Amino acid sequence: MNTKYTVVIAIVIIAILIGAVAAYIYFSAPAEEAAPVSLTGSGATFPQPFLNATITEYSSIKPNVQINYQGGGSGKGITDFTNRVVDFAGSDAPLTDAQRTAAPNSLHILETVGAITVAYNLPGISSGLKLSGSALADIYLGTITKWNDPTIAMLNSDLTLPNQDIVVVHRSDGSGTTNWFTKYLSLVSSTWSSNVGASTTVEWPVGVGASGNANVAATVTQTENAIGYIELAYALKNSIPVAALQNPAGNFIVPSLDTTTAAAASLPSSGLPSGSDSWANVAILNTSGEQAYPIANPTYLLVYKELNVVPGMTMDKATSLVQYIWYVLHDGQHNAVPLEYATLPSNLVEVGETTLKSITFDGQSVPTQ
Amino acid sequence: MRKLNGDNTFKVILGIIAASAAIILIVNAYVLISGSTTAIGKFGFDFFAGKSWNPVTQTFGVLPYVLGTLITAGIALLIGVPLSLGIAIFLVEMSPKAVRVPFSYLVELLAAVPSVIYGLWGLFVLRFWVLDFVEKPLHAYLGWIPIFSGAPFGLDFFTAGIILSIMIIPTVASVTREVISAVPSTIREAAYSIGATKWEVIRHWVLSYGRSGIFGAVILGLGRAVGETMAVTMVIGNAIGPNAMPTSLFQPGQTLPSLIANGFFDSQTALESAAYIGAGLVLLIISLIINILAHVMVTRVLKVKGGAVE
Repeated sequence: MNTKYTVVIAIVIIAILIGAVAAYIYFSAPAEEAAPVSLTGSGATFPQPFLNATITEYSSIKPNVQINYQGGGSGKGITDFTNRVVDFAGSDAPLTDAQRTAAPNSLHILETVGAITVAYNLPGISSGLKLSGSALADIYLGTITKWNDPTIAMLNSDLTLPNQDIVVVHRSDGSGTTNWFTKYLSLVSSTWSSNVGASTTVEWPVGVGASGNANVAATVTQTENAIGYIELAYALKNSIPVAALQNPAGNFIVPSLDTTTAAAASLPSSGLPSGSDSWANVAILNTSGEQAYPIANPTYLLVYKELNVVPGMTMDKATSLVQYIWYVLHDGQHNAVPLEYATLPSNLVEVGETTLKSITFDGQSVPTQ
Repeated sequence: MRKLNGDNTFKVILGIIAASAAIILIVNAYVLISGSTTAIGKFGFDFFAGKSWNPVTQTFGVLPYVLGTLITAGIALLIGVPLSLGIAIFLVEMSPKAVRVPFSYLVELLAAVPSVIYGLWGLFVLRFWVLDFVEKPLHAYLGWIPIFSGAPFGLDFFTAGIILSIMIIPTVASVTREVISAVPSTIREAAYSIGATKWEVIRHWVLSYGRSGIFGAVILGLGRAVGETMAVTMVIGNAIGPNAMPTSLFQPGQTLPSLIANGFFDSQTALESAAYIGAGLVLLIISLIINILAHVMVTRVLKVKGGAVE
């Protein structure tokens, strides 16, 4: 045999041996801490920045727990949850009855609250526009077409509104934001409710569509005399002028994190379903508080009540999952305000606590703290 | 028995590759038809002639988007084709060589710009030019004509058509340029020798010699205009249902591709998904009809003789 080849082969064999020994030493190193636990979730993108912040914080407290929240949208979250390929899911929309049947023993845990703002672009008017729910519905129905329409003018006697056509902007893609916005319009206007209805996309009677919060915001800020609806967090981060909406108490409320929390806080905790019930009829729309902003939207974490139905679940994983969500509801809430989410009011934290305490693994209850 | 030599193997491999084009089309058509039967079966003719696209009541019809597709593609051709012809004629017949080469590259580079870039540019820049310099004056002086009525604000059929006209220029211009340069110089020389002016040579000899090839270039452009999704979705205004029925060029609307891009991924029911797939089927049918018509035009109407540039 050629000497050159012999040398090459020898070097390769030695390299493989060294690699194998190194790998053996590396993998057989005794664990110095608790066994690593990894949890996966997917779903709604709206709470993703908030969840990611709590995940980062939680893994600094419990270094052995690795949590991965993948986003992908509420629809994906619900599908993954139903197929049990994730340990938990996020969804802006509560499960429908059909979805609850497909995913038996599912639990809803409300983890944070957002709001939907009505942004506008009126030259010379950078703040102070006031609207009532019915006026807003009439604008989106196309029955109010001018900014100086008597209905709007009456609500804004301090402003000089232009004699211009209102450019109505809506979402063109399917969206949870549209779902809650059209639910609100259905609630305040019977015409809207019977002619258009509420869904993640609807047949808009008038207006121009743009896909995504950013695109709606861009269209509104670039088009004079435009009006559009966008997520509160997006409006706050970009300082877009937003209208104050009249709540059932008669006050005109400027959307903010405080008025959103106020909206959620005035949900009567006795009237709320428990975690294992259907949340399909829960809405934070037109709640009764004096300072409650009328269009707030919940977002949920979905978990199974009996965690052993999830493939690969262990008592360790179940404990980590329940304790992480407990953390999100309590200490994790301080991440909400800096990221423009409304802090969860105590009535909803209590409902979440009860739900978490009901979770079991192999018939045993799972410690929450 | 025939020996499997190199040439035969090569023939078989190429045969398989060639067949894959037909197979892809058939599989596509099959998937679209089988995926949309629930929707088309339920609504029947109303699926094609209906104006409603209502996820709440679950009624779906594609008429406004078919019209939107045809209108925007029509505007694109109306504006894009004369421009492309001008570019191609200038490059081949008029320009000095020092200009021709870099300019040809530039035109072809236009085709390399991703459509989302055209969309962004359309949304943030072009929209306002169109609004201030075209739509507002047209509306002010000719607003009594129905197609210029409405309240122009720049996100509408017209802007989408303009964006598309720019997007088809590289395709139409570069194919036309190839066609014109392939016209034999003996023809030009013969024409000049009987005293024709430059305009007459181009008009009567060059363009008529290359007309079937130029027509083919236009059809390629039309194909791009009909199928373009991203840029159109960003500027057309995305109205839906009866509100998207075209009554004026200055109103928001939708095309079939933008409808699918906007809504398909968030379909709430199986029927809704089937309706979106049905919209895809209608789009495929429109594209096929355009191509078949083009083929008939090129071979029958223009009566291409042997030797003419295809």
